[in-house]
Amino acid sequence: MSPMVRRALTLGLFGGIAGIHVSLVGIVNTFQTRDLIADIVTIGSVIPMLIAIMVGWLAGRAPRHAAELAAPTALGAGAVAGAVTGTILALLAILVDSVSLTWILVNARPQLATILQFEQGPVVGSVLLIAGGAALGAAGAVLHILPGAIARSIAMAGIITIIVALMEPFIGAVLRNVELRAIEGFLYDSGGLTLPGFILVFALIGAGVYGWATRGDRARARVEAMPPDRRRAAKIAVYLATIGILLILPQIVGQRLSEVIGTVGIYVLLGLGLNIVVGFAGLLDLGYVAFFAVGAYTTAILTSPASPVFTPELPFWGALPFVILAAALIGLAVGAPVLRLRGDYLAIVTLGFGEIAREIFKSAWAQPVTGGAQGILSIPEPIPFSRDPQSIYYPILFFCILAAIAATTLASSRVGRAWNAMREDESVAEATGVNTIKYKLLAFGLGAAFGCLGGAFFGAKIGVVFPDSFNILVSINALALIILGGMGNIAGVVLGAFVLVGLPELLREFAEYRLLIYGVVLVVMMLLRPEGLLPSRSRRAELHEVKDEDDDDMYADEVGEETGRPVVTA
Amino acid sequence: MPGRRIRLNFVNLFLWLLGGGLLAFAAYGSFLTLIEGRIQPNQWQNLIVAGVALGSVYALIALGYTLVYGILFMINFAHGEVFMWGAFTAFFAATALNDAGMMASNPVLAFFLVLATSMLVSMVVAIMLERIAYRPLRGAPRLVPLITAIGASLFLQYTARGFYGSGVRAYPDYTIFDGTISLGFLSLSVKQAVVILAAVGLMVGLYLFINRTRTGRAMRAVSEDKDVAAMMGINVDRIIVTTFAIGGLLAGAAGILYTLIFNQVLFFMGFLPGIKAFTAAVLGGIGNVIGAALGGLILGVVEQLGPNLFLSGYGVPSPNQLKDVIAFSVLVLVLIFRPSGLLGRKENT
Amino acid sequence: MQKYMRWSGMLVVLMLVLAACQSDGGGASEEPSSDGGEPSASADGGSGSAADCDADEFGCIELAEGDPLIIGTALVITGANESLGLDSQYGAQVANSLRPEVAGHEVEFNFQDDGCSTEGGTAAARALVSEENIAGVIGTSCSSAGIPAAEILSAEGILLVSPSNTAPSLTAPETHEPFYARTAHNDSIQGAAMAQFVCEVLGLGSAATIDDGSAYADQLAAVFASEFQSQCDGEITAEEAVTVGQTDFTGVLENIAADSPEFLYFPIFVAEGALITQQARETSGLEDTELGGADGILTPDWLAAAGGAADGVYLSGPDLAFSGDFYADEFLPAYTDVSGESEPISVFHAHAFDAYNMLADAIEEVAFTDGGTTYIPRTALRDAFMATSGFEGITGTLTCDENGDCADAKISVSEVVDGAFERIWPE
Repeated sequence: MSPMVRRALTLGLFGGIAGIHVSLVGIVNTFQTRDLIADIVTIGSVIPMLIAIMVGWLAGRAPRHAAELAAPTALGAGAVAGAVTGTILALLAILVDSVSLTWILVNARPQLATILQFEQGPVVGSVLLIAGGAALGAAGAVLHILPGAIARSIAMAGIITIIVALMEPFIGAVLRNVELRAIEGFLYDSGGLTLPGFILVFALIGAGVYGWATRGDRARARVEAMPPDRRRAAKIAVYLATIGILLILPQIVGQRLSEVIGTVGIYVLLGLGLNIVVGFAGLLDLGYVAFFAVGAYTTAILTSPASPVFTPELPFWGALPFVILAAALIGLAVGAPVLRLRGDYLAIVTLGFGEIAREIFKSAWAQPVTGGAQGILSIPEPIPFSRDPQSIYYPILFFCILAAIAATTLASSRVGRAWNAMREDESVAEATGVNTIKYKLLAFGLGAAFGCLGGAFFGAKIGVVFPDSFNILVSINALALIILGGMGNIAGVVLGAFVLVGLPELLREFAEYRLLIYGVVLVVMMLLRPEGLLPSRSRRAELHEVKDEDDDDMYADEVGEETGRPVVTA
Repeated sequence: MPGRRIRLNFVNLFLWLLGGGLLAFAAYGSFLTLIEGRIQPNQWQNLIVAGVALGSVYALIALGYTLVYGILFMINFAHGEVFMWGAFTAFFAATALNDAGMMASNPVLAFFLVLATSMLVSMVVAIMLERIAYRPLRGAPRLVPLITAIGASLFLQYTARGFYGSGVRAYPDYTIFDGTISLGFLSLSVKQAVVILAAVGLMVGLYLFINRTRTGRAMRAVSEDKDVAAMMGINVDRIIVTTFAIGGLLAGAAGILYTLIFNQVLFFMGFLPGIKAFTAAVLGGIGNVIGAALGGLILGVVEQLGPNLFLSGYGVPSPNQLKDVIAFSVLVLVLIFRPSGLLGRKENT
Repeated sequence: MQKYMRWSGMLVVLMLVLAACQSDGGGASEEPSSDGGEPSASADGGSGSAADCDADEFGCIELAEGDPLIIGTALVITGANESLGLDSQYGAQVANSLRPEVAGHEVEFNFQDDGCSTEGGTAAARALVSEENIAGVIGTSCSSAGIPAAEILSAEGILLVSPSNTAPSLTAPETHEPFYARTAHNDSIQGAAMAQFVCEVLGLGSAATIDDGSAYADQLAAVFASEFQSQCDGEITAEEAVTVGQTDFTGVLENIAADSPEFLYFPIFVAEGALITQQARETSGLEDTELGGADGILTPDWLAAAGGAADGVYLSGPDLAFSGDFYADEFLPAYTDVSGESEPISVFHAHAFDAYNMLADAIEEVAFTDGGTTYIPRTALRDAFMATSGFEGITGTLTCDENGDCADAKISVSEVVDGAFERIWPE
């Protein structure tokens, strides 16, 4: 068997496994209720197709260190891989249909078979699946044959069009909100895009991407050719425009979307804070939620009439200084015991702290103060702002901007350089006179401040605090978003928060699979692009430098040995 | 640098005060509880037996952490999920056997079949984890494999949730294990006895494997120095896979023993035992096989005994809600006083 | 009594048939102000004008011709307690299948998950508030979710009717939210009934309670404890709490066993309830202790999870011994159709069924039409609902008081015998 065929078969097999996974996890069933093109194609049935295209694309790619494949070879490889994937899915559909497995696999319902077989019955359906898989696999491979710009435009247009279709409830709401009902009616119908809407969106985005790919350089060159003063003016104009848009954003997007943006904002605060601890100082803190919880509970205890401990009740803004004070204390409380720990140990101990915090808040012992499992209700609104998502957006935005400015300033300051040194090599940093204890505590303190602030707004935004809101998943959310966005980089944090917190809120069907997708994102990012989507320059250099070095020395145990054990720094 | 030493001493002083305070708090609490005398001696004994049973399960999981850490210096954060997959998948084997009537007609064989399923599934999951998620990252900066492990953990957890549903499922009863055994003053349930014996058996087996077989020797060699081991003709990749496989087998066994005590499976069930077992591994000295067993036992007993012993004397309401707090406090204390664990090698770099 | 129940069951059927056939749903026979009859009458069933909407503090729900009428649900439909919420959801869907149109508009549901937690209730309520024109909400399943949801929805003037919240604080005068009502019984009744059962029927004199910190369990355990002490001079040996998600209860149970109570009451939910049942049976010192729980675990899921240890456990819950034919002949088959389950998976489906119909009646009472658009003033809707009196539902004759307690509360106690619930009290 030629290696090309073998590779295609293997890829097809992996595609089939991926297809089985998304089917049995329930993604296909869930998205069956959503139309991509109204009454023609559902998103549920598009997912297996996308896998086939993906597999075909991979199969048609030239092997490493080899020239581009000839067109027929690439097409053939793509078709073979797609057909294998299709065959596996066809077998799955038949199996699900004929054997009752629902007592084990809750999603292996006959409905799944129906979707996979395009509602055509087992025989026609299977043929369609295999033939369709081959065709789509070949279509995926075609992307290699087409000129790069065109292929990229098509791929991007496809992905974005699907997202546009998925976001129907929200884009629709926005369009209604700004009184563009006509456009909404043209684009959407019964929860999906209309056929003309589909074509229009696809064409527009394709053209846009193509335009940027072919003319983008020229535009960039023109900007660079501008005289410095005009460039600065343009920059300021862009900033002003951004701020202007941010200020009127809630009015444009309406209630529901503002709510989502508010949540994203809170996670931006968390991300910025955790970024100081993990991204700048290199201390992997898995118990970041403890800070978030302390912020929320401090606010609730001081301001809520439902909490008997502290009277008279402070207004929200009156409680904020105390929140910051609490942050400093908790930062020290978490920071001090772990000062001597490194790497993995630090991660586990902080994780323990996060769990301890939640368990204590939840317990009957703390109930008189924290309300136990029932939490604290009726946290007042941050007057003059109200709990209305279109209103509380503004203080959150303000603090996000403040935090971003603070983080940027810190990063390029003396403190930031000390953190950098500490992250790269603690012993060396210490030897060159960096007071690691001070800077570690400072990192924890600042991280705690941001986290507590996020917690305060979280409490004010939803009006209740409740111990189970503060579970390990908050820490993982925050960690995942800075990793996806690009550790150490502030723009990355914002991007990560939008993608990992915003999108799942918008794509309601995703909510159930959010953590599954996080898992995949974390693993894939670490395997392919550990520096994140928008990495900071130094971080990128760091990660790649180490990787390159270790290519020859597979086991790199000096890395492990140096930082692997809990080393006493004395 | 004299300046530095003073600073460190200050930190040390703080940590010692913190640790000493916690210990004094626990000691005085125990004193109050025992003076009060509300809880009877035989109840303390029951708690200790329950703690030993739970601790044996922790110990089995902890071995997986310790073995992997000993060789790769990474925390296999997803190990708790390996344990969960074993227990969860074996649930279906148990149910099927129960429906087929085998649990009634041939309960011992049925138990071993379920145990084998659990161990096998966990082993496969552990091997795939190594192959897909960890192997490509060998030699990457330390944060990278740890984050990968967190991702893999989420992936495994929520795959189980999607596949098998989010509800709690209950194992069929193994009626052969009903009843209690009385050993003089000590009485324990048959289930607890089975759990303890099985765990001890597996641990002895592992100890012999590591110390008496060629592969075991190779494993020790690799954990000492991979490059030298590779030069000696040891296939390092294969040893690493073997390590993961052994960890998986033990986690699968732990899964069945755990459900023997608690009878339920849930997709989230791997999280806390996983963390606790890691704590146990650290407690005993990570990388040390006997240490993991010892750490598991200590943690299990402290967790069962601690709330009633340390806290109820102070009149804390519902002290058992705080048992995880006690378990994690033990971890913090150990890391403050003996960062290399009870049996770990003391290292100063 | 029997005869009366049968008669009222027939009446319900008749109502529903009428409602199903006629777009106006003139079934509200006991509503004096609703003037059922021909479809044209429904056009301005409740007489009103646009001015009423301006006058109403929360405005009107406005439905253009052909628009669906949206009713939200906030029930626990995932996780360990999903049978509780799904059961209620099926009940509402059955009601909907028999009465698909209300006030001339087809009813559409917006299903949300209350997660059986404060946080889940908050999230579900927020999602429902953002739904334009939502007419009312059936939910929540769990009291802990109901507390924040009632607060949020009341602030927006959206009526929340719960089929299974039982915590007393929800309808206590000082904590009641204006737009909150429930068709489920109040736990001040359930807890008292259980206390009475334990001392009078079982003749036990000491008891311990375990709650899980949730509003439901916390308050129910407290009511039981105080009633047990005051009604029959019983002794409460311990009031313990556990944490949701805990699996090992050895420590708690040993602590309780130190005082050897005769009865152990754990009114909590499925996962922890099953584990406590099993572990209590294996705790030495509790061998002779009778076990009891409440409607949170009165479900086949708990039976399956607790296995053989469940035998002999006493559980309180709503009395489902409806003597009307409607329940057996109409409701249960429709339930099977909707859910695919052969029998109800929990005990609050009938309460959700009644909640839907009461809500529908109240909507039809206050809705009026102007130029093809149907208007439903929100405050008037609330007032109409709270004024419901003598509504003949499956769960009994429901009359709402000013704090939203509408249930015709009948509590029964079942014992688990050979892995099945057997209703034993009251005879």
